[in-house]
Amino acid sequence: MNLQVWAQSFIFGIFVGGLYGLAAVGLSLVFGVMKMLNVAHGELLMLGGYATFCFFSFYHIDPFLSLLPSAFILFLIGMGLYKGLFSPLAKLHEEVKIKNSLLIGFGLSLIFHNLAIQLWTADEKSVSVLYSGWGFSLFGLRFPFIRFAGLLLATIVIFALHQFLTKTYFGKAIRATTENWESASLMGINIEKTSMVSFGLGAALAAMAGTIVSVGYAIYPAMGLGWTLKALIVVVLAGLGNIGGAFVAGVLLGAVESVSTLVVGPYMQVVGLMIFLLVLELRPQGLFGKSMG
Amino acid sequence: MLEIEKINVSYGDLQILWDISFNVEEKEIVGLIGPNGAGKTTTLRTITGLLRPFAGRIQFEGVPMEKVPIHKRVELGISLIPEGRGLFPGMSTLENLELGAFTSKGRTCKDKTLEQVYELFPILKNRKKQSAGTMSGGEQQMLAIGRGLMSKPKLLLFDEPSWGLSPLLSKLIYEVIGQINHSGVTILLIEQNVRIALELANRAYVVENGRIVKQGDCRNMFDDQHIREAYLGTQSA
Repeated sequence: MNLQVWAQSFIFGIFVGGLYGLAAVGLSLVFGVMKMLNVAHGELLMLGGYATFCFFSFYHIDPFLSLLPSAFILFLIGMGLYKGLFSPLAKLHEEVKIKNSLLIGFGLSLIFHNLAIQLWTADEKSVSVLYSGWGFSLFGLRFPFIRFAGLLLATIVIFALHQFLTKTYFGKAIRATTENWESASLMGINIEKTSMVSFGLGAALAAMAGTIVSVGYAIYPAMGLGWTLKALIVVVLAGLGNIGGAFVAGVLLGAVESVSTLVVGPYMQVVGLMIFLLVLELRPQGLFGKSMG
Repeated sequence: MLEIEKINVSYGDLQILWDISFNVEEKEIVGLIGPNGAGKTTTLRTITGLLRPFAGRIQFEGVPMEKVPIHKRVELGISLIPEGRGLFPGMSTLENLELGAFTSKGRTCKDKTLEQVYELFPILKNRKKQSAGTMSGGEQQMLAIGRGLMSKPKLLLFDEPSWGLSPLLSKLIYEVIGQINHSGVTILLIEQNVRIALELANRAYVVENGRIVKQGDCRNMFDDQHIREAYLGTQSA
């Protein structure tokens, strides 16, 4: 095997890793604010992918243009899910809360999975745009345009999210709620509203990741759980609530997985989980997390 | 200004407060004193809305508080500086202060209040960018008080403001509480250091086992035999 194959795998790994990062920040945001784990996060990503697919096949809207409408639809769905299902858990004790959120999440993921089979069949779908095959080569390495654009977009979205969380009043309220919801409510922050918007944002971020997946890769009803797992690994790698860290950890995981394919072949999924376990064992606060006193 | 009428509060099956009644008048400093676990913190948390009484009434400036959620009470002018300070440790000093001014009332005069807070605690100005969790205990308490002031409260609730501070810093904090009161803010405070509380406050209530057992002017409290023995550690003359 020559160096070029390794390098090419590494680059493709970075492309997919950007999506891992994007999927993870949504999950991390929701967990941070609500201390609930939404295991249906991957299904929201899938729905985002299908939304883009529908925009494309029925209205011929370019996926990079339908990114925002798809995200907006999922934003509304996310807020609805919070209000209808997760909000009643908010007042529960921390441990009971997370257990119940898991149950609701698994239920939701089953429902969305089967709904998607009913609506779009179990076949793989993909959005094939005219420029699918475009790309450029550099030092003999291939850079497909759509994957490159996907990574760029993921970077922009995460940068925008970072700006929102650090520069706006509402973003600061979200971070304050993450750090100490009781104090946040004593500042006059409406925790219920903040949670609802954060859940909507988490769903919108999943949808954007889904859009990019639908262009460069494939979407199918059963894809959700795999993405939830990837997002979970990345969140643990990065340390909870660390937005920038989640992106870096995502890229890292993508690259490691992709390169390890060359060595362990189909067992590359295991590599991610091994890293997950190692980090939990050796550095439970995450690679970029601060140690928790 | 604040009227508490026979409130009863419980955590699950465990009742903490039994028919607690007291009132705080405008511009006053009122102290709640009593041993650990007597229900002082529970009382303050109930006033802010973090806990709900299952019986009894709370009125603030004539408005019944039963249906008012926590974040609206802040808007009405109730601010709590909680036990252990409750800062946002990963956020900067300035961000903590900005969040204190989250309400629309606080936001309209944010810059002006910020100047006043910096005047009260000049060190906070130098520590603007530092994350709150990395500051010393005294600085954290100053930040917590500053943050509480940012919402332009009418009634400021203090839960153990001298907690974990050296006698010198406690004295400084208490001077500031006096200044805040002079500027027109009504104060209700809990303090374990009963002497320092009685010296500052106008009136005090003694809470024991979830009930108010004594009340009166602080001057008279110094002469009370029970208070001298239980809280001041001095024998009656």
